[in-house]
Amino acid sequence: MSENTINLTLEVWRQNGPTEKGRFETYEAKGISPDASFLEMLDEVNERLIDDDKVPVTFESDCREGICGTCSLMINGQAHGPNKGQSTCQLHMRTFSDGDHITIEPFRATSFPIIKDLAVSRAAMDTIQQAGGYISVTTGSAPDANMIPVPKPAADLAMDAAACIGCGACVAACPNSAAQLFTSAKIQQFNLLPQGQPERWKRTEAMVDTMEDFFGTCTNHGECFEACPKEISLDFIAFMNRDYVKAKVKNRNLSGQKS
Amino acid sequence: MTATMNSRTTSPALDSKVPDGDNATLWENHKFSMKLVNPSNKRKFTVIVVGTGLAGASAAATMAELGYKVKAFTFHDSPRRAHSIAAQGGINAAKNYPNDGDSVHRLFYDTVKGGDYRSREANVHRLAEVSVNIIDQCVAQGVPFARDYGGLLDNRSFGGAQVSRTFYARGQTGQQLLLGAYSALNRQINLGAVEMHNRKEMLDVVTKDGETAGIVTRDLLTGEVESHSAHAVVLATGGYGNIYYLSTNAMMSNVTAAWRAHRRGAFFANPCYTQIHPTCIPASADHQSKLTLMSESLRNDGRIWVPTAFDDNRLASEIPEDERDYFLERKYPAFGNLVPRDVASRNSKTVVDEGRGVGPLKNGVFLDFAEAIARDGKATIEAKYGNLFDMYANITGEDPYKRPMRIYPATHYTMGGLWVDYHLMTTIPGTYAIGEANFSDHGANRLGASALMQGLADGYFVLPYTIGDYLAGKLGEGVVPTDDPVFKAAEAEVADQTSKWLSVKGTKSPEHFHRELGKIVWERIGMARDKNGLEKAQDEIASLESEFKTNVRVKGDSSSMNTELEKVGRIADFFELAKLKARDALVREESCGGHFRVESQTEEGEALRDDENFKHVAAWEWNGEDTAQTKHEEQLEFNDVPLSQRSYK
Amino acid sequence: MAQAMPNLRDPQPIRTRREPLPFPLNIWQSAVGRKWIMAVTGLGLLGFVLAHMIGNLHVYEGPVELHEYAEALRELGGHIIPRTVLLWVLRLGLIAMFGLHIAAAYTTKEISRRASDDANFIDGQKNYPGGRDYIAASYASRTMRWTGPIILLYLIFHLADLTWGLLPHTDYVRGDPFHNLSTSLSNLPVAIIYIVANVALAVHIFHGTWSMFQSLGLNNPRFNDARRILAAGLAGVILVGNLTFPILTQVGVIDPDDNPCEGSGSEAAALECFEAEIEKAEA
Repeated sequence: MSENTINLTLEVWRQNGPTEKGRFETYEAKGISPDASFLEMLDEVNERLIDDDKVPVTFESDCREGICGTCSLMINGQAHGPNKGQSTCQLHMRTFSDGDHITIEPFRATSFPIIKDLAVSRAAMDTIQQAGGYISVTTGSAPDANMIPVPKPAADLAMDAAACIGCGACVAACPNSAAQLFTSAKIQQFNLLPQGQPERWKRTEAMVDTMEDFFGTCTNHGECFEACPKEISLDFIAFMNRDYVKAKVKNRNLSGQKS
Repeated sequence: MTATMNSRTTSPALDSKVPDGDNATLWENHKFSMKLVNPSNKRKFTVIVVGTGLAGASAAATMAELGYKVKAFTFHDSPRRAHSIAAQGGINAAKNYPNDGDSVHRLFYDTVKGGDYRSREANVHRLAEVSVNIIDQCVAQGVPFARDYGGLLDNRSFGGAQVSRTFYARGQTGQQLLLGAYSALNRQINLGAVEMHNRKEMLDVVTKDGETAGIVTRDLLTGEVESHSAHAVVLATGGYGNIYYLSTNAMMSNVTAAWRAHRRGAFFANPCYTQIHPTCIPASADHQSKLTLMSESLRNDGRIWVPTAFDDNRLASEIPEDERDYFLERKYPAFGNLVPRDVASRNSKTVVDEGRGVGPLKNGVFLDFAEAIARDGKATIEAKYGNLFDMYANITGEDPYKRPMRIYPATHYTMGGLWVDYHLMTTIPGTYAIGEANFSDHGANRLGASALMQGLADGYFVLPYTIGDYLAGKLGEGVVPTDDPVFKAAEAEVADQTSKWLSVKGTKSPEHFHRELGKIVWERIGMARDKNGLEKAQDEIASLESEFKTNVRVKGDSSSMNTELEKVGRIADFFELAKLKARDALVREESCGGHFRVESQTEEGEALRDDENFKHVAAWEWNGEDTAQTKHEEQLEFNDVPLSQRSYK
Repeated sequence: MAQAMPNLRDPQPIRTRREPLPFPLNIWQSAVGRKWIMAVTGLGLLGFVLAHMIGNLHVYEGPVELHEYAEALRELGGHIIPRTVLLWVLRLGLIAMFGLHIAAAYTTKEISRRASDDANFIDGQKNYPGGRDYIAASYASRTMRWTGPIILLYLIFHLADLTWGLLPHTDYVRGDPFHNLSTSLSNLPVAIIYIVANVALAVHIFHGTWSMFQSLGLNNPRFNDARRILAAGLAGVILVGNLTFPILTQVGVIDPDDNPCEGSGSEAAALECFEAEIEKAEA
């Protein structure tokens, strides 16, 4: 707990709409408490903009405790800012020093069109999940929960994958705008469980193919892992790659069969 | 089961539709007696689901599976952002896997008792019954619940229960359950059975001839006001905890959808019931935008105290043992730091109000682990609470292994909501409310790990049955077309409201008014309420509201994304709700669960119920902007769970 | 307006999906499949590079032994298959792998360009005008698309130099690899080209090897740490092995004067000379 406030200079990307020309604008953020979160700092900047009768900066956030995945922001060239394993809402201003210059940009990728200022559309990520990110079980048809034991390591690994909050930082951090980390987490969450086996190969093909409709290709830089607020492992990407080529083998048609 | 036991009677406007019979077989029998829609007719019905959290996503998916045409709406960019995602602890179910004597009846009993006898027995029993199906459903969907080494599901215990019935997925149970419901929803979207509308905020319910016709939404990307018609509308829009400004709710959580339905005829029940969670991280300054909850389990090892002296500015470590007041241990020797949520919260407030609060803003109490660390070693404490300690350190910048944590209560769940009958239908025929948005299952206080259970019970296993009973009667009727005058009028009203805010051109931000409103509500309708304060609150809210309406400054335009414009409409609804909340708290002259009236307490300072006069649900009817709401009462009957007074001495 | 209004709810794909080809051609149709092909071909090429480097170590045994090694390669398959046929089969395989490796690299890069470069590319504003801070991406991973073309150019140079004998700085003699190698690498600019190219090759192999495991999905907590070590080890061994040739030539350890058949001038003369040398040694 510090009583000293800090002064910062912000370079904020402003863009009025998806097809408008964007630009950086400079704001002085004075008297910021180190205990404020990054988004609270932006709230304060916005309040002052409103006081000055100016249009506040549009940015998105919701839960502000690092679980909903709504917040984004490229802070000084790093998705969710400099701290590892944190989303922007969990980043606190004590990470910065008095006099710092901070560049704030939206997450960028062709499939993340800017809506306004720092808000982008991440709808393509939903499209990937809709393609197969589920286990087809109709309500009411489930067997007793303890009918199928799941080895603890498998359940734990599935949970590691399922921790993904779908924020899109992996895409934003990737020089190729690839969504491999997100997609692999969403696939493996199911592929690792016994319940996910019947649709495993179909799911993998459908979700990877949909991913490739929108995002780039993985060159194994590992930037996504560094940016991921949930520290989803790169190993899931390897699992996905393996399952995908296996799926091509398993899903091949019999001779004379139509797909 | 209409009550006539005491002097008060249920208002004729409130037909709970609870069938006669024994609670244990009620739901089973009722499922048979409800009307059905045959499979080939289901596709003729359109149902709108607003909100895609646990309740909304599960309801939309399940109804689509049944064959209804479903249109789902969320104001988020994706269904998976709903605030259900932030629930940490777990979900209760009467599976009795640990073989410790749990049963449907016990879960039912605990929930009614935990709700301080202000919930409807029949609803709670049904909730307990379907709880077991929820776990089956979620496991089949691939929710990675914690398991033991044999590969079977693990359980833990939670406050208010003496059995282990809580299923959990690390500290992210809400996230995992939501992702499960979201995946079921995705499947239906992929199959074309659900039409998903992202980033559209519902701003009105439209009725025609007294029945539901559809909704009016505003497209948050383009500002376009649109109508959507349907045979039935389901509101799964969550609670109103953000009325306090600072709460553990998400920034965008609001009461707007429920409130607009209220203005169109849905009664609003028990708005004074709010759950205040004792272990949250106190606000660090005025800039604070929300509060963060920390698991209650911390109270198992931490000792809560404040200095005995007023305005003590010393560091915790400099305060000698005899100048510390372990106030919970002092007042409640038997339960000590483990008293229920409301008791712990209220006592923390008392010492802070006395001026013995700690921290730079004097707004917290210490939760001290020094003794636990000395006793069990740092490693043990770290293994138990490591992630919570890290979270605390990240937010406050203090090391809780070295300095005691500072905690303070914060709002985190609202038990009140739209009044619904046994079918979960509001007083508008064809409009339903499920999940936290309704009032039905938790009474005046919710037990831990029960919110997730209720949301999913409503969505997966209750609404999809009960809605058929209403729709069966509509067979052959088309939807009201969106060019009908009722829609056009509602659209015009919404558009008008929206542009009105832009034209006020005042001097203060919407955020400013929300913060000020929150201060009043927290101060006067928070943990302890009294007549005087509630009356003052009504005046204060009214005067702040009139300043708000004339002096708010909303920048930007209404034809592109404008988060300020979204916010201002929601705050306006909070103002109206705040007035009702104050009134509801004022007329409920008893203490129960999350509602503590200073005038009604035992000698030991415990909540004292008045079952003679207040064993009812208060449901408020909207009478227009300038007329006060009318109160209706639904009397509650307790046949299976005998009324008793709580005591934690 | 520099770009069309994007659909913010229903995003536009960056590429069009084609009708699936029959297995296994459909593997090529996806980028993940192409990366898999890149990894498989990379593994083959890596094997070649390693074998080539080890084979070339014969140069330290002497000119005659190097000649014998070259002959042995042509004689692969013994007397079952006509001379040089198996070598050609291997060469064609190598060419195919090279082709696929490059095609996969080029096309996947192209997809990524479309996925990222157009990101709100408005009136010449570049992607992340504020700059991107790399944390994990190594120098090697970020330069794959530069080291790749360098290796390709070097390969052409290397073939022209020591296989086709097209370059003026040596009087290329077919059948006398020691002569060709030692005279070529005695030329300082040529030696520098070899050194630079082999550094690029090693850098490429370093990221390529680790990346290969990921692309193939060879992943197991038991050996995951070993993947980086293996990548570094392989790249190191190949780098050191290959760099000895130009460096030791420059310092005179590999010296054209050590070649008893130096100055043969023609393939026939060289062959005759080496046969004589071999007979001399056997006697």
